[in-house]
Amino acid sequence: MSRALRTPGGVLGFTLTLMFIGLALAAHVVAPADPFASVGSPLNPPSRAYTLGTDDLGRDVFSGIVHGTRTSLTVAFAVILIASIIGIAVGAVAGYRGGGVDDLLMRGTEAVQIVPRFFLAVIVIAMFGPGLDRVVFVLGVTSWPAIARVVRAETLSLARREFVDAAHAIGARTPRILLRHVLPNAVPTALVVISLNAASVILLEAGLGFIGLGDPRSISLGYLANNAQRFMRVAWWMTLFPGAAIALAVLGLNLVGDALSDLSNPRRPGRTA
Amino acid sequence: MSGRYLLRRLAQVVPAVAATLITAFVVIHVAPGDPVLALAGQHGDAAYYALIRAKFGLDRPLPEQLLVYAANVVRGDLGVSYVHGRPVVSILLERLPATLILMTSALVASSIAGIALGVTAARRADRPTDLIVRIAALVGYATPSFWLAQIAALTLALGTGWFPVQGITDARHVSTGWRYAADVIHHLALPALVLAINELALTTRLVRTGVLQSLATDYIRTARAKGLPERAVVRHAFRNALLPVVTVIGGRVGMLFTGAVLVEAVFAWPGLGLLLLSSIQTRDVPVLLGVFLLVSLVVIVTNVVTDLAYAWLDPRIRYE
Repeated sequence: MSRALRTPGGVLGFTLTLMFIGLALAAHVVAPADPFASVGSPLNPPSRAYTLGTDDLGRDVFSGIVHGTRTSLTVAFAVILIASIIGIAVGAVAGYRGGGVDDLLMRGTEAVQIVPRFFLAVIVIAMFGPGLDRVVFVLGVTSWPAIARVVRAETLSLARREFVDAAHAIGARTPRILLRHVLPNAVPTALVVISLNAASVILLEAGLGFIGLGDPRSISLGYLANNAQRFMRVAWWMTLFPGAAIALAVLGLNLVGDALSDLSNPRRPGRTA
Repeated sequence: MSGRYLLRRLAQVVPAVAATLITAFVVIHVAPGDPVLALAGQHGDAAYYALIRAKFGLDRPLPEQLLVYAANVVRGDLGVSYVHGRPVVSILLERLPATLILMTSALVASSIAGIALGVTAARRADRPTDLIVRIAALVGYATPSFWLAQIAALTLALGTGWFPVQGITDARHVSTGWRYAADVIHHLALPALVLAINELALTTRLVRTGVLQSLATDYIRTARAKGLPERAVVRHAFRNALLPVVTVIGGRVGMLFTGAVLVEAVFAWPGLGLLLLSSIQTRDVPVLLGVFLLVSLVVIVTNVVTDLAYAWLDPRIRYE
């Protein structure tokens, strides 16, 4: 981990990511007001009293962003948890077993990878009603293919190494070999895809909120941007800040992904931006 | 590219199409309420519901229903939108061109600019130009398309007045012929630019990495050793670096659609995105399902086309 902090991009990435995680965890402490509460006159520009201004209902924009970050990161975390479990399981089994099982699992992975996640989420929310649980479910069960492919590739190469043969020789069973010997070596590479995936989930969730499909019970960054659309001509701050928060959170996760990828691939000529 | 590769690749379309149809079918049947509502919308009458029930065999066992549903979809029958009072397919086909124009112009613009920026950055690797390009690419990649669209609308449209804020043509001055085309292009410029910036970032990164990787290979060392000018050397590297740019289009087309929908929502560009938005508000489920199926189909077709293009461009690609 400390080696990932050697580049300025890595430092910035980890700083941003930790900052947003901190913001999400301490939302109630950091936010000066309830994000749903009307605390002042409507459409106040940023001032000392309201750091990032107020919206059309006099709600504090900064508090909305802090709580919106919490919603975004909670969704991203839950989605990534589901996607990682499925992706690691599918990838490990496919890579370790090989043959027909591998073929079948990989064809399935390709089929799921085709599914346009955003549009599937739209019909699910339209038919089941809004709610974070279904957003998490839909994005979770559709976001694992990239993880599965990386884990499979790693497992494929690890399974032929001597230490795996040695584990076999002393009588270790397949689940134990996978869990204790193969996966601990495959997961670091998978972390690259996982962090990039988390970034894309934040963008997708914000997009859903933006077209009005967010959960009305919790403030989300997408909802703030959607609400800002109608007041673009009179309240630029409602547009500027929520979107900037999304961009910074995504930038942070992408930088973390890049830093981790440099680690697992030190021979790559030149670092990518 | 062998005929066998072509056949194998085309055969892979079958599970993808099946996965899409099964997904839509499962959503229709798992959703709360009568599945007939998902196929016929909420605004039909009893006689119409009975008709749809019979047509989709909703009183039959589930596996049979799936086959009937698949057969209807494959025939291009996606049901009727009661809100619009027309078949879903005709509504979709009416809206698709606007979205495709937006996506294609963004894709072309981002490919040209991305290749230029990527090559420039690779040639000046780790120098200030490279650093600026890399930072810009990272920021462009992280920025939500709808926010970029809002900022562009605020500054370049509302602020300077150079571009129209919304729509596809000027409703106040109805024009025809070349004037009409110019009007559409004027309206297209900002949404396409916004969408292109999102895509540009990825293309730039891929081209830069690709050129750098190529520059480190033996054939480049040979080219340098025989005294080729640096321009010619970079051209050698560039050809192989283009391959990932082609493949990534296939993988990105779903995200490009998502971006287009969100950008359309900001600029009121009358494509599938606006249709999606209005259908969400009217709970016009047949149309929403239709958009999902149409986007899936375009994604599948694009993936096949880019894979074939890749195999054609790179003779080393073989299906084992």
